[in-house]
Amino acid sequence: MFGLVLLAGIPIIAITGMLSYAAYDPRVPDNDTTPERGWLGFYLFDWPTYPASLYRVTQGVHVVLGLTLTAVLLAKLWSVIPRLFIWPPARSAAQAVERVSLLLLVGGAVFEFVTGILNIQLFYVFPFSFYPAHLYGAWIFLAAFAVHVAVKLPKMVRSLRSRSIRRELRTGLDATRPEPPDPDGLAPLSPAEPTMSRRGVLAFVGGASLLTFGLSVGQTMDGPLRRTALLAPHGRDYGAGPNDFQVNKAASAMGVRLAETGPGWRLELAGARQAILSRADLLALPLHTYVLPIACVEGWSAEQSWTGVRLADLARLAGIMPGTAYAVVESLQRGGAFGQASLSAGQMSDPRSLLALRVNGADLSLDHGFPARIIVPNAPGVHNTKWVRRISFHPTAR
Amino acid sequence: MSDDMPSRIRRAYRWTAARYGADPLHLLALLACFALTGYAATRVVAAGIWVGFVVWFVGAAIVHDLLLYPLYAVSDVTAQRRPWRRRRRPSGHPARPSSINYLRVPAALSGLLLLIWFPLILGLAGDTYHRSTGLDTSPYLGRWLLVTGVLFAGSAIAYAIRLRRHRVVARPRLHARAPRSPRSSPSG
Repeated sequence: MFGLVLLAGIPIIAITGMLSYAAYDPRVPDNDTTPERGWLGFYLFDWPTYPASLYRVTQGVHVVLGLTLTAVLLAKLWSVIPRLFIWPPARSAAQAVERVSLLLLVGGAVFEFVTGILNIQLFYVFPFSFYPAHLYGAWIFLAAFAVHVAVKLPKMVRSLRSRSIRRELRTGLDATRPEPPDPDGLAPLSPAEPTMSRRGVLAFVGGASLLTFGLSVGQTMDGPLRRTALLAPHGRDYGAGPNDFQVNKAASAMGVRLAETGPGWRLELAGARQAILSRADLLALPLHTYVLPIACVEGWSAEQSWTGVRLADLARLAGIMPGTAYAVVESLQRGGAFGQASLSAGQMSDPRSLLALRVNGADLSLDHGFPARIIVPNAPGVHNTKWVRRISFHPTAR
Repeated sequence: MSDDMPSRIRRAYRWTAARYGADPLHLLALLACFALTGYAATRVVAAGIWVGFVVWFVGAAIVHDLLLYPLYAVSDVTAQRRPWRRRRRPSGHPARPSSINYLRVPAALSGLLLLIWFPLILGLAGDTYHRSTGLDTSPYLGRWLLVTGVLFAGSAIAYAIRLRRHRVVARPRLHARAPRSPRSSPSG
């Protein structure tokens, strides 16, 4: 039963995870966090700007479903752990080879859940960069998972058919009988008195999943429901003001000083020609307002109303025809990852892609990127560079 | 007839299956799995992170199987053998409904939340968390304690209801057959 839930859930987590890798547009120069990926990034495609909430949904599902299935994974491992201590460890070459793949399966599953769960809490204790480790670990886990499903699927179907789910749901503790001995040696030979019915175990694990889900899903929502995320890193309440929403990378921590964002700040555009613009110059250009989400790889998201200059208009100012060049956006920030991000030609030409100056009708706060920040529909949060100081345009090879 | 090609292949197939202990397709699938793993491993080496990767990968399996699982299995067994539990009533008398699940469920749920969120709850990533969000992690310990408290309280209420229902059902029989049962017990 737990196997069935994981069989349905893990492919969803895998696909949303792979999509997240594509969302970083690793083919656009300087964006790739795993340049040595080789064939493991064969599926890459230009990340679209429509629908604007796609990444919000896929990455929210990736993280929240992963958290939700943690209980199911633990229950599954609990239900098969007697096999670990079986003696002799293998009766045939086939069993020996399969056991090696089980190390990849169990190690891979726990590795992926642990690195993901630690990363969303910003607890960087692992001695490697998260991106390559989580990506390559995923491939190893998925290879073992696919083989495990192929080998065990008939057994899962048989054991699911051996019991009527309806009857089990009507069977209380008094009528619960231990599993009869099986050829795999999973059922205990001299079982103790049952202390929990089968429906009880299902409710127990289901309840645990539901609890984890309920306490974290709020970080993907706007409005009062966000406060339900009692145990989620980015479900916090900042207040009710126009700039009171989730911050990722505070200005003080990124070495952005108030002085360099003041009246002396200039935006540099480098394309076919150079342009230097002050904030007043930008505010004098045609301004547009769009409601767009910011969605982070860590699973949280928030939707705001952004006002600013179209990136396509800035491209024209630099003598570039929108859609013919990708852009490298540089920040004032010192240190930290993603002080610079590249945006594809497609992202640069979407009319909703903005250099935002205002949010929810007010000037951006320093923590949200004052004097100006990027906001691109459907882009992962870290590509919406804050404290922008320079945008350079580079013609695409195509 | 028995020496034509298909039957020779079939015999070789059966011979392999007997020697190997499973359908040769089983071996093929596993070899494909190891090939992909091997390739991913070369990418891990190319990324220059293989030592930490291997330690964490194998460590993940070991920590779960040989640390986490024994830990919760032993605590469960200990809780079931509670030394403070009253002696069983003489047989023939209806025992009180077991309280083990009313202890086990909230403890496990609270433990799961701690297992997932311990860096936040224990403030282990306070520094990076503050750099990122501009906030500190202090509320999380209280929130986890609150959820834990609600879980145990809810479980205690559920057990109390269960006990009461049990007494209501058991009382007539207790009167008839169990003079030693406490008559003064409040049973609504």
